[in-house]
Amino acid sequence: MGKLGELTEADITPKAMYVNRRQVLRAMGFAGVAVAGGKLISQFAFPRDTVEAGSKLNVASRSPFSTSEPMNSFGDVTHYNNFYEFGTDKGDPAKNSLKFQTSPWTVSVEGEVKNKTKYSMDDILKLAPLEERIYRHRCVEGWSIVVPWIGYSLGTILKLAEPTEKAKFVTFESYYDPGQMPWAASSGIQLPYVEGLRLDEAMNPLTLLCVGMYGESLPNQDGAPVRLVIPWKYGFKSIKSIVKIKCVKGMPPTTWNMYASQEYGFYSNVNPNVDHPRWSQATERRLGEFLRRKTLLFNGYGDQVASLYNGMDLKKNY
Amino acid sequence: MRELLRQVLLSRWCKAVLFAICLVPLVRLVWRGYHGNLTANPVEFVQHFTGDWTLRSLLITLSVTPLRKLLSLPDLIRFRRMLGLFAFFYVCLHFLTYLWPDQNFDLAGMWKDVAKRPFITVGFLGFCLLVPLALTSTKGWIRRLGGKRWQALHRAIYISALCGVIHYYWLVKSDHRLPLLYGAILAVLLLYRLGVALLKPRPAVAVSPTR
Repeated sequence: MGKLGELTEADITPKAMYVNRRQVLRAMGFAGVAVAGGKLISQFAFPRDTVEAGSKLNVASRSPFSTSEPMNSFGDVTHYNNFYEFGTDKGDPAKNSLKFQTSPWTVSVEGEVKNKTKYSMDDILKLAPLEERIYRHRCVEGWSIVVPWIGYSLGTILKLAEPTEKAKFVTFESYYDPGQMPWAASSGIQLPYVEGLRLDEAMNPLTLLCVGMYGESLPNQDGAPVRLVIPWKYGFKSIKSIVKIKCVKGMPPTTWNMYASQEYGFYSNVNPNVDHPRWSQATERRLGEFLRRKTLLFNGYGDQVASLYNGMDLKKNY
Repeated sequence: MRELLRQVLLSRWCKAVLFAICLVPLVRLVWRGYHGNLTANPVEFVQHFTGDWTLRSLLITLSVTPLRKLLSLPDLIRFRRMLGLFAFFYVCLHFLTYLWPDQNFDLAGMWKDVAKRPFITVGFLGFCLLVPLALTSTKGWIRRLGGKRWQALHRAIYISALCGVIHYYWLVKSDHRLPLLYGAILAVLLLYRLGVALLKPRPAVAVSPTR
């Protein structure tokens, strides 16, 4: 991945050294019982694992779509993840994705488009000026966060591909390698992870092709190196670690819908009036808050996206 | 050897040690809280932690009877009430995390939730079933109810534990390994009892004369 910014810690400390600093310290000769005891205590007291520091990204502007609500901490957003390829516990991805290989990386844009293209990560980073967008992010499980994502509208890359007349939907596929993701086998869901949007949803300027957050490239557990962020839909629609973007004629299959279609619809717009069959969607817990807060229709992005669903029964098209 | 083990089990400090052990999960939770180590979603962490320990203590309580027989250690019975009460203690904490941060003590909202969400309904039922068991766990209540009736009442723990397992199973999105593990352990513990009941030689039933 290209380093676009000024000098960071990453330029001073050899990467292997700080990524593995725990192992390095361990190897430095704290031997015997002291190590065992200290390790036990430190794991008790500091169970958080290291986050691979990303490379700094050149952010050209802050998008007017940004919310002014207080952001969640980088620590929260990197240690509370649903990324079932790396385990189903929220803390698993931070631990299990440390060695995830995201370079080299290719994203293939294909299907019903005039210009089929394979992009490297460098191409993607240079395709358009990077914007910072502070979005609310609402999970179907009933929690939410506010994150300063970095990227540009997915529409940018789709317009370059020029969808044909036949293209009505866009389908996305995540990288999947059972060798690097042995935890995936017990996730219960079918992989590779696939998601989909209607073409007009994909072209909506709010739909973000995301390459970073908090000023840096995406940490592995947050969907490195490139993911979607669709702030008015439940989090699982915002597919991580994308390798394929394909324009198609018909509504494509999506992972959670295939797993339980009565629980997770194709649209999955955030909607406090349409409950998940097993739990209410009327409220959510913003991470960092004690009591639950009211969930907003379209996660508060109705002004930008409500018109996409004019005349549609949102209870039926959940 | 066995005599020594019996002496240990019967000693007063053995109960005290077990009491301390049962408090370890709570101490761990407080310790983690004190160090700001309850993950990015502390409420959920405490909810899952106390729920987990409720189920575990229920299963441990239900293991006492089979272990007494299988290990020929009838004295283990001394600890059953305490284990059961710890299960009740953890379920109370668990319920409180629902009533306070989730429902903000809004009882009307809670009832609506309990009525509408099967996974809440079944969890709530499991909790409610434990309340009379905790209240009647004293010697006085055993006497008042009489052994047979008391025992019949306390079989409600079977249903309560089953409710707990279902509650957990319905909560999970797709990785069902843990709830299934709890379910499997519960099945073994209940099937053991069923087996014992079926194999027990029944007292010959006297042919009752027609009235």
